Amino acid sequence: MRKMLTIISNVLRGSASRNGAELVSEGARVVVSARTYADFTPQATFDIKKCDVHKLEEGPPLQATLTREEGLQYYRTMQTIRRMELKADQLYKQKIIRGFCHLYDGQEACAVGIEGGINLSDHLITAYRAHGYTLTRGGTVREIMAELTGRRGGIAKGKGGSMHMYTKHFYGGNGIVGAQVPLGAGVALACKYQGNNELCVCLYGDGAANQGQIFETYNMASLWKLPCIFICENNKYGMGTSVERASASTDYYKRGDFIPGLRVDGMDVLCVREATKFAADHCRSGKGPILMELQTYRYHGHSMSDPGVSYRTREEIQEVRSKSDPISLLKDRMLSNNMASVEELKEIDVEVRKEIEDGAQFSTTDPEPPLDDLCNHIFYNNPPLEVRGTNPWTKLKSVS
Amino acid sequence: MAASRLFWRTSGVKSSLTGLTGGVHSSLGLTLLKLYPDCTAKPKTQRRHAAHFTFHPDPVTTQYGPTQKMNLFQSVTSALDNTLASDPTAVIFGEDVAFGGVFRCTVGLRDKYGKDRVFNTPLCEQGIVGFGIGAAVAGATAIAEIQFADYIYPAFDQIVNEAAKYRYRSGNMFDCGKLTIRSPWGCVGHGSLYHSQSPEAFFAHCPGIKIVVPRGPVQAKGLLLSCIDDQNPCIFFEPKILYRAAVEQVPTEAYHIPLSQAEVLQEGSDLTLVAWGTQVHVMREVAAMAQEKLGVSCELIDLQTILPWDKETVCKSVVKTGRLLVSHEAPVTGGFAAEISSTVQVRSRSHESEIDQGLLPECVLCRRSVSSTWRLPSVGFVGMIRPSRTSLSPSTSQISGSASRPSSA
Repeated sequence: MRKMLTIISNVLRGSASRNGAELVSEGARVVVSARTYADFTPQATFDIKKCDVHKLEEGPPLQATLTREEGLQYYRTMQTIRRMELKADQLYKQKIIRGFCHLYDGQEACAVGIEGGINLSDHLITAYRAHGYTLTRGGTVREIMAELTGRRGGIAKGKGGSMHMYTKHFYGGNGIVGAQVPLGAGVALACKYQGNNELCVCLYGDGAANQGQIFETYNMASLWKLPCIFICENNKYGMGTSVERASASTDYYKRGDFIPGLRVDGMDVLCVREATKFAADHCRSGKGPILMELQTYRYHGHSMSDPGVSYRTREEIQEVRSKSDPISLLKDRMLSNNMASVEELKEIDVEVRKEIEDGAQFSTTDPEPPLDDLCNHIFYNNPPLEVRGTNPWTKLKSVS
Repeated sequence: MAASRLFWRTSGVKSSLTGLTGGVHSSLGLTLLKLYPDCTAKPKTQRRHAAHFTFHPDPVTTQYGPTQKMNLFQSVTSALDNTLASDPTAVIFGEDVAFGGVFRCTVGLRDKYGKDRVFNTPLCEQGIVGFGIGAAVAGATAIAEIQFADYIYPAFDQIVNEAAKYRYRSGNMFDCGKLTIRSPWGCVGHGSLYHSQSPEAFFAHCPGIKIVVPRGPVQAKGLLLSCIDDQNPCIFFEPKILYRAAVEQVPTEAYHIPLSQAEVLQEGSDLTLVAWGTQVHVMREVAAMAQEKLGVSCELIDLQTILPWDKETVCKSVVKTGRLLVSHEAPVTGGFAAEISSTVQVRSRSHESEIDQGLLPECVLCRRSVSSTWRLPSVGFVGMIRPSRTSLSPSTSQISGSASRPSSA
């Protein structure tokens, strides 16, 4: 392509010496502007890893089709999550974000891929590593970052923080791991009951996979054929405990026993998307729940107080970063198939950076919620309830 | 410390003791509020109010042998070390205890005693406690760790329905007395909803288990060793904010501090203060300020064991002073202070005593910040009793007025 450009521009320059300088710039401009969308491949099909299956005749397709628009959108969203998490890391170290903060970088393909396989009208619930999902489910960067810093512009009005973010059809953001799974099954029951063809995605981690309530949920969901996709995000470590040391069986996709399961490469956004689509079809066709294990990896430690290197080696983290980084994988695919240009992706990076900076600015300058908000929403009550404050002569009001 | 400061700065106001505790409380309060505008409902700025208290170490004790400087988590490690050394059936298990635990309470124990005695469990509290009960019933000294008291609820059924009732329902044939559950407890400043809770009141409602909360390293080691040796299942809550902040000279050998015995830390004549865990140190400060600014002499009691609690010491103290104030971190409604105040009330011979809620005593409440920027209203104290007669009978069998003795059958 470039060689051809050089030849053409030389020819034009040659002709310009005869016709004057203006022609050259005209010609050059024409040549440059022609090198846009028409030259990009609108769509390409990629081979994706085969998913291991459990109690299923066949798994998701081995090939995925990606359009240019989809690719750019996935790239943008994953890059936004990545940059947002890194910014949160920075703000935490500056003590602007306090409390607990569990970062999602490395696992972006899971959030983006899942969203690619379901509709915004479907439902999703996860545990505390929720910033990525809050974004894919419709939250904005500003709202998320303001919630992290506890300001009134935050998605939970500044009262939830990192672990408690919610948006429409996204039920959080839950602190006690495992507890969100029966909740998700309940949402799935509501979907089935209302007959709206929606489903619920219930996420949990490899650590939480050993909680009793999850097995109770498997039984209920299967018995009542609830449209529930159970997804275990296996990032190999439950806090600091590796999966081999915590689980008798690390085949998390088989743990549902009577529930069919899939083991998916969670670092490949297309693999996750195809598997989610497959799972969603399974649920929507009334066959009942299905279980997916996403094999993924987190670059940061469990939370900001965990350096993340006492139970795994830096080499391991580096290896995953270099070989299986979800954003790099997508980028390489798109570039090698001429679906986007390096400059275009760089432009997206710049826009994302700007969006994050703007979000960070908002999150640091937005005021904290007013004291009047402190006790609201304890109960649903009408008329307002009086709550004893820490200051004995100030009774706070709780309205809901 | 805004609340306490607010109260005690009224040195200009020469209120008599009755004035302080009498019906003028609400107007006094409002007056003080006007004097100190930073305690109004409107926050002026986005100031951070970090939790404030000063740890008051106990004086060095010589009765238990040589001592070493230790903080709270080190004193817990020392107690566990003593136990593993002397009791071959002792095992320690919980989430992440093998590498030393998230609060370093079990550092070095696995290397010293082996991986079959100090081991990790998966993430399953119900399983941990259930497993612990079984191990204890079979004869092992089982020391289970629940990583945060906030996570203890999946195990609530096991504790209340299985552990507490085992001895009773088997007619003393079986028991899980060798079970001890240890858990970090209480607020820490940045813990928010799920790393700050004080659930002792939930378990206080359950006969059959013992609940203990130490105020510092020396107490922690002695009380923990007593819990481990006690023939009943015990829950030992360790105030997490004190893990590093509390440093004392702790005896290196094993020693026991008896359970169900409250400790009178400071004698006084005007008011009895009862607290446990971190609050004891706040109360100490309050007692000092009360003495200095108002000439009020406070008797400070550390309850130590929540269940079964030392009713005699508290009641005896209230007989002496005539006033009781209890302060704790947990929510006010149904908090353990309600139980204490109602028991003291019942034991009072006088029918005219009443429990004043929402009074002056609230002003010496602990102002714990449960979340990083907000002071949640879950802290608190609860009741102040003013029996109009100062005698409290130790038994409840006497009713004033004529009481005819039932004829012996």
